[in-house]
Amino acid sequence: MIPDHLPSCVAGLDRSPSANDFSRRRFLQAGAVAGGGLMLSLHLPFANGDAEAAGSDGFAPNAFIRIGSDGQIVLTMPYVEMGQGTYTSIPMLIAEELEVELSQVQLEHAPPNEKLYGNPWLGGIQATGNSNAIRAAWQPLRQAGATAKTMLVSAAAKRWNVDPASCRAQSGEVLHAATGSRIKYGELAADAARMPVPESVALKRPEDFKLIGTPAKRLDTPAKVNGTAVYGIDVRPPGVKIATLAQSPVFGGRVKRVDDVAAKAVNGVRQIVRLDDAVAVVADHMGAAKKGLAALVIEWDDGPHAKLNTQDIAAELEKATLNAGAVAQNIGDVEKAMASAVTKVEATYQVPFLAHATMEPMNCTVHVRKDGCEVWLGTQAIARVQAAAAKTAGLPLDKVVVHNHLIGGGFGRRLEADGVIRAVQIAQHVDGPVKVVWTREEDIQHDMYRPYWFDRMSAGLDATGMPVAWNHRFAGSSVLARWAPPTFKNGLDPDTTEGAIDLTYALPNMHVEYVRVEPPGIPTAFWRSVGPSHNVFVTESFIDELAAAAKQDAVAYRLALLDKAPRAKAVLALAAEKAEWGQPLPERVGRGVSLQFVFGTYMAQVAEVEVGKDGAVRVRRVVCAVDCGIVVNPDTVRAQIQSAIVFGVTAALYGKITLKDGRVEQTNFDTYQILRMNEAPTVEVHIVQSSEPPGGMGEAGTSAIVPAVTNAIFAATGKRLRKLPVDTTALKQPV
Amino acid sequence: VVAAAHVSRRIASPIAIGRKGVDAMAYAIKVNGNTHNVDVDGDTPLLWVLRDVLGMTGTKFGCGMALCGACTVQVDGIATRSCITAVDGIGTSEITTIEAIGATATGARIQKAWLDREVVQCGYCQSGQIMSASALLASNPHPTDSDIDDAMSGNICRCGTYVRIREAIKQAAQPSGQGG
Repeated sequence: MIPDHLPSCVAGLDRSPSANDFSRRRFLQAGAVAGGGLMLSLHLPFANGDAEAAGSDGFAPNAFIRIGSDGQIVLTMPYVEMGQGTYTSIPMLIAEELEVELSQVQLEHAPPNEKLYGNPWLGGIQATGNSNAIRAAWQPLRQAGATAKTMLVSAAAKRWNVDPASCRAQSGEVLHAATGSRIKYGELAADAARMPVPESVALKRPEDFKLIGTPAKRLDTPAKVNGTAVYGIDVRPPGVKIATLAQSPVFGGRVKRVDDVAAKAVNGVRQIVRLDDAVAVVADHMGAAKKGLAALVIEWDDGPHAKLNTQDIAAELEKATLNAGAVAQNIGDVEKAMASAVTKVEATYQVPFLAHATMEPMNCTVHVRKDGCEVWLGTQAIARVQAAAAKTAGLPLDKVVVHNHLIGGGFGRRLEADGVIRAVQIAQHVDGPVKVVWTREEDIQHDMYRPYWFDRMSAGLDATGMPVAWNHRFAGSSVLARWAPPTFKNGLDPDTTEGAIDLTYALPNMHVEYVRVEPPGIPTAFWRSVGPSHNVFVTESFIDELAAAAKQDAVAYRLALLDKAPRAKAVLALAAEKAEWGQPLPERVGRGVSLQFVFGTYMAQVAEVEVGKDGAVRVRRVVCAVDCGIVVNPDTVRAQIQSAIVFGVTAALYGKITLKDGRVEQTNFDTYQILRMNEAPTVEVHIVQSSEPPGGMGEAGTSAIVPAVTNAIFAATGKRLRKLPVDTTALKQPV
Repeated sequence: VVAAAHVSRRIASPIAIGRKGVDAMAYAIKVNGNTHNVDVDGDTPLLWVLRDVLGMTGTKFGCGMALCGACTVQVDGIATRSCITAVDGIGTSEITTIEAIGATATGARIQKAWLDREVVQCGYCQSGQIMSASALLASNPHPTDSDIDDAMSGNICRCGTYVRIREAIKQAAQPSGQGG
């Protein structure tokens, strides 16, 4: 961590920018580091082109590259590692242009500072999500690397009194071929800091990449195979106590009465903390805390949602789709086209609430003192955590220190600060540090859930069976409207509609509406692949229905709509070919296809699914073709697709959070099942060579697999499933 | 669903060293070759003794019900879910955790294969996966796919690294530890 010296470096830069071009200064500045080194500060540009985080001089850096006099290159970046390989892929971008080995780049995680480290694609909030780390960093980090290299070369040329053009950089050194001179970056760093920042730098052509596109080894893994990696749940500040908790089983309920006599008698239990809507047991170890929790007798006032059931929420959403919503996209005239259609197809779809079920249960360690507060956890959104802790503890922001640790699964869960608020509330009653650990049951029953959505679809086909009208209206929660309110405009946000609009298919008349409905009594949040996790299931199921209504092959039908989308067409054709699409399969085995363009990545998947006589579904094989632009680390791309497919199959087959009498019915991995080794499909990934800018990879595979599975079930059984998860009773073979 | 493969709840007499409270006793347990005296209730799961009392945090908490395998350790070489293994049942058995599995030949081969095959993503479940996999290989040097399913299906990985876990186990099972 670097909070000690970072601010002074930034201040120093403000005083002595070497750039004289104001517009350039907005993105990149260079300066000296104390101790003799070069420091580049850069600002990741906002997706919509503005610079709202900029300071008075128009420059607000949010990433830093330091080249020390010892030759060490340190990158401070605002993205976090949660298994997606970011800690490896991001340094590759700098190493490539700076001409150093990947192992020469060290990473430091950014301290909390929303102004400095806000993610341009997440409304300026400091967070890692939406598959955008590589997308946001691709251009600016390579430019920074090339700029630093140019300044180092200039410094060497000046020292040797030769033309910079006669020098070149290689493996952390500048070389002058004519004289055979060579000098290491570290020895040049102080001089380089005094060189002018070049007006423009040429970036390498993709064919010249040495590092980008190679399967670089992950940098964060060795500690994860020998037990030394420290996740949030592993921190042990001196004197730490362990607490576990029971929160109101109904969201919005209150503690009415607590009998803690038996709990206090448990060996190792130190304290019972009673809050308005939760009770925590503080103990010497989690075993005692859990035993104490089991011994508590708590009477709850369930509050206004005591009778809430999932069916009520679904009915409310269904009703909402009968009314007009905000228009997310309109092309042509759907009403007119529908009137002229030869065939009409209508369907409704529903997807359930889903829990994140990260393997590391929710936890947060807090030490509240009179004059400050210290927080230890693994988070995707460190500045949000700091702000939440400060507000809860009633402290100024600068009195809250947040230590970020490895994340045992994010998937969107660790973009939220609810657990931090709860932990601070408990810690305020505890003398010394306390680690609050959610039991798995508490983690699943007090998650913030992927929203339930209800979708109403209709389409009109012409005499040849091709779609002339496409109508889609859906209702559900907008996570962004709560999480980043400025991104919710005119009844719409960019996440909730992703995958429902801007389809790759040529649809001459298309109308998409979204009705925002926030369900009562259940909080909603991002969940791996977010909006597309719902929209791609609906649109790719429905296009399959249209193909079936037109009595056409599911792949051929899609291909016919892709003449103006060559990248989409290419991945679809590739996936179909590799999956032996059209080749015969045994009875009750089927192939299903899906195609999507989300997170800036084109992807097609073919799932091969076997449906047992008892209705049990086994996903045997998945073939995925992907065009995600330039591939930074191909092994990470493959790993993320393998991962996302297992995540998506889990959701398709098992994922469901339901409420009964206001209570989440699922509790642990027996009632909230996760796909296991014996159920995992083989996954084949085919990457399309591309020189387009990189697309996101962490989530795309999850949204694509779900309709591929349900379409395969249709192919195997003739049953169209329009509600998730898969209902195996509907798939039983009639005797 | 294979929920709790290789769960063993062993019955043995605790080594009573002292007495505190109703069930409280000090138990001597042998972890990675070292004997530790721990003063906890006899029904305390080994998981919390390791993590919170002894400070060995490589063994992870996932479910508390032997449903996910994150807490897997080896007790006398057998993959065991420490979250449901009471400390008073361990007796003189030898406990091995992720912190020491690399000292065994099989464990070292498994760890190497895990890195060679880039198995790990978030990594949280991998201590348990490695403890299950190394116990499998120690007892069955050439497991079939079906053997791997049986031994590993009690370990959930939310990042879905199953394909690579299978490949890594097969690599580690090769004589050189390289193939597969």
